[in-house]
Amino acid sequence: MINRFNKYRYASPATFYHFAGRLIPWFYGAAALFCVAGLYIGLFLAPTDFQQSEAYRIIFIHVPAAWMSMFIYVVMACWAALGLAFNTRMSFMMASALAPTGAMLTFVSLWTGALWGKPTWGAWWVWDARLTSELILFFLYLGFMALQSAIDDPRRADRAGALIALVGVVNVPIIYFSVRWWNTLHQGASVSMTKAPSMASIMLVGMLVMALAAWMYTIAAALSRARCIILERERNAQWVAQMLEADA
Amino acid sequence: MKTRHKKLILIGVAVIGLGVVATLVLNAFRSNLVFFFTPTQVVKGEAPLDRAFRVGGLVENGSLRREPDGVTAHFRITDTAQTIPVTYKGLLPDLFKEGKGVVAQGRLNNSEFVADQVLAKHDENYMPPEAASALEKAQKTQKTLVLPQEGK
Amino acid sequence: MNWNSWPEFFYMGGYALYVWGSFAVTAILVAGEIVMLRLHRKKALELALNTVKYGKVKNDENEA
Repeated sequence: MINRFNKYRYASPATFYHFAGRLIPWFYGAAALFCVAGLYIGLFLAPTDFQQSEAYRIIFIHVPAAWMSMFIYVVMACWAALGLAFNTRMSFMMASALAPTGAMLTFVSLWTGALWGKPTWGAWWVWDARLTSELILFFLYLGFMALQSAIDDPRRADRAGALIALVGVVNVPIIYFSVRWWNTLHQGASVSMTKAPSMASIMLVGMLVMALAAWMYTIAAALSRARCIILERERNAQWVAQMLEADA
Repeated sequence: MKTRHKKLILIGVAVIGLGVVATLVLNAFRSNLVFFFTPTQVVKGEAPLDRAFRVGGLVENGSLRREPDGVTAHFRITDTAQTIPVTYKGLLPDLFKEGKGVVAQGRLNNSEFVADQVLAKHDENYMPPEAASALEKAQKTQKTLVLPQEGK
Repeated sequence: MNWNSWPEFFYMGGYALYVWGSFAVTAILVAGEIVMLRLHRKKALELALNTVKYGKVKNDENEA
């Protein structure tokens, strides 16, 4: 029993490494395809908006990036929890692999939000609950990455990072529901589980296709980063040596 | 196996505990997270009178009046129950329109709100202009006025 | 189709700075991340190769 468990633990990153390597090109390809389709729908097929005219087209970047920024954090926290509970190295590596992409997409949502807010609201930035909580999310990602890189021992770095990931996850529902719980300048959700989307369908389709592109890209980027982390951490393992010798 | 399950439960409890603490803290600071007050809240005296705050609602139809100097504007913010008259000197945002959402920042001077910043608050509806005008026609016949977003 | 000409498309109804500013920065960041990932992979491979060549190779399963 113990032997099998150890073997599983030992083999897991190796299996993952090869499996991910085969999947990555497909996810990048799907991301490119969805991105081209989404941009075509969003920029050419979708009509102008009745109140914001062409400025609303920022939505095709802003909303997918904002969705992913929250979703990636939740997934990261899940991996961190799994890692803490079962002490699996792969879970911690997945959490670390997701963070930079999550931080990048959080920045994209803040940046596009500022560029959208200026012409429509009249301000680049306001300290309302939605914008503030999204900014906190950005700092949580940065904190996670900074802490991990500050601690030399990977095991302790994993644990410390996992703690930030788990504590910070309470911020995600706050971001999501902020527009309902408080008076905010940010408008409410156009797409939610509780009501029909308040968007013309072609606009909605463009946004959802762009969201799919963001999904595919995130998976591809996280998988390739996870492979790098595996190589770094498992460089002493036999399978790495065998693989590199086979390649050479 | 057992210790691992214990750990999982412990982590679960910790996350739930943190969630509860965060909710409580947020509830306590709720008033500070309010981005704007509605005219009803202002009339009820819930808004701070000694410092600047924000009023949000709809620009009342037919209330916008511009002074000949070209920069001063007067309008009223309404939440359909109460209205607050506003004076503002400066450029109004593109989406500022009668009947649309607005958030003004400033101070209450007697019963008039003197704003130093006016932001447009748009709703979450996106549609082509033709669809919007068709919808408007339909709504006018129904004679209903709906706030785009009410807090809480 | 919404646009009568390419200049009209790039003008974006007067919101060109905001719309293209959003799209361009996003594209730069995504491209930047892909480049960073390539560099990361190169470095990780080098590190692993050096370890295989000069460092110790672990045989003990329990040490992992």
